Amino acid sequence: MCGIAGYYGGVPEANSLLSAMAFALGHRGPDAHGTFAVPEGGLAHTRLAIVGLEDGQQPMSNAAGDVTIVFNGEIFNYVELRDELRAQGRRFRSGSDTEVILHLYDKFGEDCVSRLNGDFAFAILDRSRGRMVLARDRMGVRPLYYTEKQGTFYFASEVKALLQVPGVEAEIDPVALDQIFTVWSPIAPRTPFRGISELEPASVMVVESGRQTIRSYWSLDYPDRSEAPHHISEEAATEEILALLTDATRIRMRADVPVGSYLSGGLDSSVIAALGAGMAPDGLKTFSVTFDSAEHDESAFQEEMAKALGTEHRKVSCNEGDIASIFPEVIRFTEKPIIRTAPAPLFKLSRLVRDSGLKVVLTGEGADEVFAGYDIFKEARVRRFCARQPESAIRPHLFRKLYPYLPGLQRQSADYLASFFGADAAPLDDPLFSHRPRMRGTAASKIFFSGDLRAQLAGYNAADELVSRLPQNFARWHPLHQAQYLESRFLLPGYILSSQGDRMAMAHGIEGRFPFLDHRLVELATSLPPEMKLKGLVEKYILKRAARDLVPQNIAKRAKQPYRAPDSSSFTGAGDLDYVRSALGETAVADNGLFNPKAVEKLRAKCLTGSVHGFRDNAAFVGILSTQLWLQQFSTSKNRAAKAA
Amino acid sequence: MSSSVKDAVRAFIRENYLFGDETVELADDASLIENDIIDSTGVLELVAFVEEHFGVVMDDAEIVPANLDSVDRIVAYVGSKTSQAIAV
Repeated sequence: MCGIAGYYGGVPEANSLLSAMAFALGHRGPDAHGTFAVPEGGLAHTRLAIVGLEDGQQPMSNAAGDVTIVFNGEIFNYVELRDELRAQGRRFRSGSDTEVILHLYDKFGEDCVSRLNGDFAFAILDRSRGRMVLARDRMGVRPLYYTEKQGTFYFASEVKALLQVPGVEAEIDPVALDQIFTVWSPIAPRTPFRGISELEPASVMVVESGRQTIRSYWSLDYPDRSEAPHHISEEAATEEILALLTDATRIRMRADVPVGSYLSGGLDSSVIAALGAGMAPDGLKTFSVTFDSAEHDESAFQEEMAKALGTEHRKVSCNEGDIASIFPEVIRFTEKPIIRTAPAPLFKLSRLVRDSGLKVVLTGEGADEVFAGYDIFKEARVRRFCARQPESAIRPHLFRKLYPYLPGLQRQSADYLASFFGADAAPLDDPLFSHRPRMRGTAASKIFFSGDLRAQLAGYNAADELVSRLPQNFARWHPLHQAQYLESRFLLPGYILSSQGDRMAMAHGIEGRFPFLDHRLVELATSLPPEMKLKGLVEKYILKRAARDLVPQNIAKRAKQPYRAPDSSSFTGAGDLDYVRSALGETAVADNGLFNPKAVEKLRAKCLTGSVHGFRDNAAFVGILSTQLWLQQFSTSKNRAAKAA
Repeated sequence: MSSSVKDAVRAFIRENYLFGDETVELADDASLIENDIIDSTGVLELVAFVEEHFGVVMDDAEIVPANLDSVDRIVAYVGSKTSQAIAV
């Protein structure tokens, strides 16, 4: 894991620019840094040494010296690929996975990416062919951003490195803000930074002759509903999942440093920790975050699992005051406004891992997308069930079963439940059917947008843009698969793997590894019948079956508890914090021009009374505060943000 | 009576759910749910407001959209409850 940056084209002061870009990414690679500059372009790298500790320095060139790479991430199947290449007569000068990419590129060109099983973002400066090639892993684990200035192409792992380029300024993109306040993250390639784009997951980009060409080399695909379903018995599916998950974990344990594991107390991380513990000859270290509030805390399950595995377990508590105190720093690393505080505890957790002397952790992230674990999948099923009998006074009560942790819902009548979830009105063929209630609930917070911002966004609809980005065969998929696609293709890379994942881990130089996102396992899971994933209202059914001998029954059978953290109460429970008062004060809000200052003041006052419990007001509060902090930290032209066309 | 109830209800909705936003048109018969003005937590806030402001007690069975999902419905519900109280 590392930070990468560079350019293709001419720049004055190349070495000082590359050094500045590398310095901005120092947290991603504290072990070493290197730069490479030639007339055609330049590369910078900050290194977190994990594989090939002695000989894996970057930028790395081929033997001829005309192809040079900077690479962030890991190629987990590099051992097999290297053996294969050696058998073909190729010689290696290092033990690193970086050199494997160079050889594969030499052999296959940019198509080499389809051979890689890993989490990666890389850039290859190919002087022999007069081009630069950039690529990103299939699911979007590792980030890659780019922009162009005066004919020169620039890229980096994080935007803060691009802001070192003279003339590249941080201005907020109003459309990205609208997307965040609707679907929780910008819709790639758009970013919150106007004029700076994100290379989408599973994409390869070639920059040559002043042109940028991007193509997708892999995509999520699900079976056509009209065709005969894939026949596989539950037993066979269980065995196949377990075999693949075991192998996915095995190759993610490859490192020249110890690998630990996060342990949330839920099924997913417990399964991964159990598999990892069996592969760690010196024992596995596990790490958890705990909360003061019973509503969010899972420490009893974490302790139970750690005890069952015999791991060396460490934990860090995260209370509301902690979240408030680290939140500005969290936004500096997310580089995006966010509508929930959930990344903040993970920031503390990665610091615990670093302080424990580790650089790499396995996590259970991805299982909910791949095996249908989220409540939103069950909610969509219940909404369809209700829509079949709109007059039913019984069916809407099922919504209560979905959200036992939301006291506000437990007290509602069947009529209200049906109305809130749109169970009696939503068109069943709406491609965004599964996500409409969440999107509407989030978008309601746009009521705080200023008149200027609303005017700029007139006629724009983030949901419509999402629909326009769906693949052609989307309509032929089962509704569960449609919902899984929406989560996996947009929210997963845009928020879960980014704001909660890479950014919070890399803030402390920690690499997260995600066995559930091994593309072989993803491809198997997409091919399985929907009922194997969501059986009735039992989420991750087939995964639970596969895990039955790995985790205690108490954990295997527990109801899913979504990962959440205290939101607005984090900032108001301890009183009126100075930085919050300043960021949300009438002057600051008016100066930035994005929100209505008087409405924001009323929201802050409401939060201070402690009477804000619902998603909507919490999302608005966190979204507005994080946007104001984003502007404070990044924007070089605050007043222009709302005034620009 | 009903106009003062209506004014109070409208003011509560405007202040508590719309945070003073005057640009949102709030028709008396407009659904608060379909217009994304209120969510499940908001309903409980509305119940608390009705009970505290108008001195009525809502049974669980009365917490339904038919009584609370528009200004008109809230006004009618409060009217029916207060007239019952007077009759008693």
